[in-house]
Amino acid sequence: MARITGSGSRRETLLSEETELEQLIRGLFESQKLAVLGTQNKGQPYANLVAFAANEDLKSLYFVTARATRKYANIEADARVTMLIDNRSNEDSDFSQAAAVTATGAAQEVMDANRDEVLANYLAKHPMLKDFVQSPSCALLQVKVETYYLVRRFQNVMELHVKQ
Amino acid sequence: MRLVLFLKDISKNDGEIVGGKGYALAVMANSGFRVPLACCITSEGYRRYLAATGLKPRILMELNRKDFTKMRWEEMWDASLRIRNLFIKTPIPGDLRNLLEASLKSELSGKPLVVRSSAPGEDSSHASFAGLHESFINIIGVDSILEHMKLVWASLWSDRALLYRQELGLDVEESSMAVVVQELMAGERSGVTFGRNPNDPSQVVIESVYGLNQGLVDGSIEPDRWLLDRRSGAIISHHSAQRGMTVGVDAEATRLEKLSAEKQSVPPLSEDEVAKVFRLALETEELFGSPQDVEWTFLGDELYVLQSRPITTLAEKNKGDKRAWYFTLRRSFDNLKALRNRVEGELIPAMEHEAKSYAQRNPAELTDAELANELAGRQQAHDKWVDIYWDEFIPLAHGIRLFGQVYNDTVRPDDPYEFMDLLGATEMASLERNRMLEDMAGMIRGDEDLAANLNDRNYPGPNHLLMEALESFVERFGDLSCSADLCTQGRDGILRLLLELSSRPAAKKRSGAKDLLALKESFLSNFEGEKRSRMEELLDLGRASYRLRDDDNIYLGMIQSQLRLAMEESKRRLTARGNLEVETLDPLEIIEALNDPHYAPKRVVAMPEKSVHFDIRPRQLVGQPASPGVVRASARVITEPSNLFDFKAGEILVCDAVDPNMTFVVPLAAGVVERRGGMLIHGAIIAREYGLPCVTGVPDASSLIHTGDELTVDGYLGIVIKHS
Repeated sequence: MARITGSGSRRETLLSEETELEQLIRGLFESQKLAVLGTQNKGQPYANLVAFAANEDLKSLYFVTARATRKYANIEADARVTMLIDNRSNEDSDFSQAAAVTATGAAQEVMDANRDEVLANYLAKHPMLKDFVQSPSCALLQVKVETYYLVRRFQNVMELHVKQ
Repeated sequence: MRLVLFLKDISKNDGEIVGGKGYALAVMANSGFRVPLACCITSEGYRRYLAATGLKPRILMELNRKDFTKMRWEEMWDASLRIRNLFIKTPIPGDLRNLLEASLKSELSGKPLVVRSSAPGEDSSHASFAGLHESFINIIGVDSILEHMKLVWASLWSDRALLYRQELGLDVEESSMAVVVQELMAGERSGVTFGRNPNDPSQVVIESVYGLNQGLVDGSIEPDRWLLDRRSGAIISHHSAQRGMTVGVDAEATRLEKLSAEKQSVPPLSEDEVAKVFRLALETEELFGSPQDVEWTFLGDELYVLQSRPITTLAEKNKGDKRAWYFTLRRSFDNLKALRNRVEGELIPAMEHEAKSYAQRNPAELTDAELANELAGRQQAHDKWVDIYWDEFIPLAHGIRLFGQVYNDTVRPDDPYEFMDLLGATEMASLERNRMLEDMAGMIRGDEDLAANLNDRNYPGPNHLLMEALESFVERFGDLSCSADLCTQGRDGILRLLLELSSRPAAKKRSGAKDLLALKESFLSNFEGEKRSRMEELLDLGRASYRLRDDDNIYLGMIQSQLRLAMEESKRRLTARGNLEVETLDPLEIIEALNDPHYAPKRVVAMPEKSVHFDIRPRQLVGQPASPGVVRASARVITEPSNLFDFKAGEILVCDAVDPNMTFVVPLAAGVVERRGGMLIHGAIIAREYGLPCVTGVPDASSLIHTGDELTVDGYLGIVIKHS
């Protein structure tokens, strides 16, 4: 029914939705230790688990891998990757209550001056990986996220495109 | 294994598995009260059924489609209807069925029974609301008991329960339902007693009718009412009802019957019997430790207790809490028949009359002060009709649901909305309007010269067939756009619409008369004799509800458009002053501003900030499936009536709520998306009529989707995909 009302309320809904979505993604990144990483080799997709961390503005995701791995080779050949982070608990309720976020973007090794800072943040989340990440054979990779696809309630999907 | 327990076997620790009602009956039976023979199917039965059938995750999915806080009451009807159908369509697994059948064989076998809900926790006094769950009367035979047991289970998720989910602590993982199976007492006089009057704690209230309690409980029969002093038992007052009808019971069902002249003249209870019922109220209160809401019946001179529970009232959290009102929606067939007569015979004609009288005053010809007055009057009339709409029109929509429930119980269709097709075979004002538009479009479609002339806004004279048809159309339905300040512009708008309509083949309504006859017969063939004619009556009521559900919108739309005309004229004048952000003013402020040439607004509307890091876009939006089908096309978002005339054939109509004044573009549309949710809303009804995919209840649809967006509307799954 077309009631006569002011126009402010709908904008507020949108705004709170935006903050809510960012909060949700932040919460997922804080609660989850592992992400599914997707890479490809000559068109053959390849998925595996990595321990990840995110930076404060949610524009980058980080993980560490040995340079001899298949995923590292795949990324060397094609930097485009995807990562999936979700909070499922392997229960019936997951279908309606779990949330999942898919990130797409490009991966590159962190070489520059802020490597120490990034690594410190990463280890704050994964202290048990200290020896692993400090091994000379390992690389610290940064995924510059272009888009997040956030799925809730089984079918509800929102896209968050990173502002450059 | 404790699947079925008879009252005598229920002990102190069984409250949780037999539910509040069953436990109270056992306590009374074991304390010497006269209660009907009964057993309880414990909540274990519900749990096993859910575990064995895998229904639990499906209920979870259904209830979590959307955020509850974003669901309208109509969407809860829908969710509840779909869950109910899951229970109807899912048989009881064989071993559980065998166990239940064996346990139910007893002295109850072969007798007419009552199958009642008995929710664990229900009768602890914080969560005992009457009427949340279902009960069934006059059930005979074990098959029928088990079928009705499933319906009682399903009612754990009734729309009413969903509304009170927080107070009830409803939780798919935890909640369960027990069922009381009780001998039917075909009492000659029955009633309900409140051990403490909710309106006056010093009183006891006794209500009584002839026959069964059913008519009293569902509101179709007015009871005699006694108020008594709680301490002395003295009768303070006796309100004598207009006694006319009674609920009786025959081999098949309960039914309304005429009360004999002799009984009509005598109250159902003598003063001695009132005193007896009063004593029962005190005794149950003493037994349970708090004032009780007791249902009872007299079989001969013997007083039986049918159920007892603590008195609770539906707490209204605040003034905006409409849930108590919502409970009044559940009306009996006879109650709805009376309401139908009132809506058809009085309210709609009155609304039409009022709209026409406003149409005779042109806002543009009024002074500012007169306009302020006119605007206030129209706003008031509008608000009055909106209230009537909620109080009388929407409850009538329950007729659709009443029919739907009977249909689904009988036919058990895969599509829980199949019954809508049967109801849709009616004449609706909006369809008649579309038919007239289609006839005019047909005149243009066959005449290239006419089309070319109209394109150049070179209109034929008033005697041309098309212009004559247009005149009678405007006469009948107003100028459609309602936003145009002059009728001639409205006519221009209609002609542009007709050109667009004529550019594509005539739209077809989906329902064919033949299919409907078959559908109707396959439904009615389940019944015989008198029952069949009762079902025909119910179908007739359902159709009337369905038609009025649509028509009331059309007529309310007429009132709305009169308000809008006055509002637009007011805004035009205020905008001309140059110092006002007119769009931010509410109606009261506009009236004030019209009366005060120096009016300045008192508040500042702040613009919200946007997300810093992200550009957020919807990809897949979830709503409710409202009409089946899938279509991919371009979106046309309608935010004001004038947008309607830009509508191009084959676009998807996206809006906040399909307004009655919008439906004329529906035949042009490829699909419909609406923020408002529910299967009974205008947009869904019209979309189904034209066989268009429709998704309703998409939060923020008209702000998240923009005109020109490429959309897929999936009316099976109830989702909208926005392509990039």
